[in-house]
Amino acid sequence: MSLDQMSSLYREVVLDHAQHPHHRGSLGPDSLHFTLENPTCGDVIDVSAQVKDGTIAAVEFSGDGCTISQASASMMTVALTHQPVAKARQLILSFSKMITGEKISATDEQALGDASLLASVAEFPARIKCATLAWHALDELLQKEEA
Amino acid sequence: MSWPINEIRADFPILDQRINEERLAYLDNAATMQSPLPVTRAVDAYYATTHSNVHRGVYTLSNQATAAYEGARQKVATFLNAASANDIVFTRSTTESLNLVACGFGDLVVHAGDEIVISVAEHHSNLIPWQQLAARAGATLKYIELKTDGTFDMTSAAAQITSKTKIVAVAQVGNVMGAINPVTALAQMAHQVGAYLVVDGAQAVSHLPVDVQQLDADFYAFSGHKMGAPTGIGVLYGKPALLEQMDPVQYGGEMISQVTRTTATWKAAPLKFEAGTPNISGAIGLGAAIDYLQQYGLANIQTYEHELMASLLPQLLALPGVTVYGPTDPALRGGVVAFNIDGLHPHDAATGLDLLGVEVRAGHHCAQPLMQDLGVSATARASVALYNNQTDIDQLIDGIKQVKEFFLHESRSNE
Ligand SMILES: Cc1ncc(COP(=O)(O)O)c(C=O)c1O
Repeated sequence: MSLDQMSSLYREVVLDHAQHPHHRGSLGPDSLHFTLENPTCGDVIDVSAQVKDGTIAAVEFSGDGCTISQASASMMTVALTHQPVAKARQLILSFSKMITGEKISATDEQALGDASLLASVAEFPARIKCATLAWHALDELLQKEEA
Repeated sequence: MSWPINEIRADFPILDQRINEERLAYLDNAATMQSPLPVTRAVDAYYATTHSNVHRGVYTLSNQATAAYEGARQKVATFLNAASANDIVFTRSTTESLNLVACGFGDLVVHAGDEIVISVAEHHSNLIPWQQLAARAGATLKYIELKTDGTFDMTSAAAQITSKTKIVAVAQVGNVMGAINPVTALAQMAHQVGAYLVVDGAQAVSHLPVDVQQLDADFYAFSGHKMGAPTGIGVLYGKPALLEQMDPVQYGGEMISQVTRTTATWKAAPLKFEAGTPNISGAIGLGAAIDYLQQYGLANIQTYEHELMASLLPQLLALPGVTVYGPTDPALRGGVVAFNIDGLHPHDAATGLDLLGVEVRAGHHCAQPLMQDLGVSATARASVALYNNQTDIDQLIDGIKQVKEFFLHESRSNE
């Protein structure tokens, strides 16, 4: 196979998010943090969020990683800022399903925005963990917040 | 030297397949080496004709299985030039061997205030057992630093190894830097202060001749699967007096001499370390893998792999935007080379290479302290074995060029 198949994974939008990430940084001490490590490569991502009145007011991420993990984190921050916590957690679940090749609803696909372009990661099983790292970190964080 | 590469490759049918519609170039031998037909056949033959439990039956099959198992032990002894088969303990892996030394021997000789010295390039399996031992004993774990070319800094070694040192533990060949480490010199330095030298041979055994007596290693650990044997069989060599002194860490059948309601005594080494039914077929497979490698000769294998590295290294070094870790002189290396493409995470590079049929590892290679020193979270790594050929090397180099071009082009169109 030539590298053509790579184009389905590394679309322009994906590369753009990786090179010019949105909401990269770390929110202040009054916010919630969760750090996760991808055990296969050692990449570490820290997600921070502020939840106000049951809604994600702000979410940022920091840490270095591969194109997929960085792009995915950036796309996540765009898709989930201003989402109610319950809705955000449901979208995280949908994203995880999509990334493992399951079909998701058109509404969720739309709500995921650019992140829905990562559906092709399903063809690259070794990269699923890269794509879900930030989402799992945010989910853990929101779970703590809800508890 | 004319290397019988076609004959050898015919013994590894797994190599003759297409991955993602491309010719397979298997270059992750440092993670695990493929098994040749004589190994899988030996395991099959054992199950077809001889399988039974060892060291227990008075019947013929059990005697045959015991003879085959103990025969494999003798092969390992000869392979390592150990003085006796009794110096060879079968384990599950390098990891288990190193944990066995750290617990069974380390706990005996390392006490509060003592020091253990390893290098910063060690695989986690030759690091964490010592970190834990140091914590248990109240001892200090110290590190030999590397020079910028990835070889051991022997001035640092001389400074770290002191009269407080009880154990020095290093890899013979590094699994990231690829350097062949000065084990003999370290053995002398360790012995001068009354310390013991533990050698992690995981990346050495299928690539160069190993002589534990010449190295003067007190313990030597390796995994069968890194040399063409099945997974789940490993070896710990120990000097006889040390094995005798050392305590078992697992208890059960086979390893005992006499058991009463309140007491038990052990058999002599090596059996006192092999509690329970061992990996009989794995040991037999390991024996067959040793026969296989010895048929070509480890010195010849080293020469051949050196030729491959002498082709690969300069080509890698000449690629613009590629960082190569470890010595640039192939003579200082085993068959491993770690590298990164500037501006590209190794996971992205490895995904691209995989689509081109080139299987390399991307990750931290179980050497996170070294990655921290290198200032990266991960690297790509290619590693050769006796069955790799020039086509594999060309495919890797060409693949790296294509992957670079792909990302360069994509990011250009993205500006
Ligand atoms: C240098 C080194 N030491 C130890 C190990 C651990 O080997 P195993 O996983 O077979 O126990 C490896 C291989 O991963 C290695 O390369």
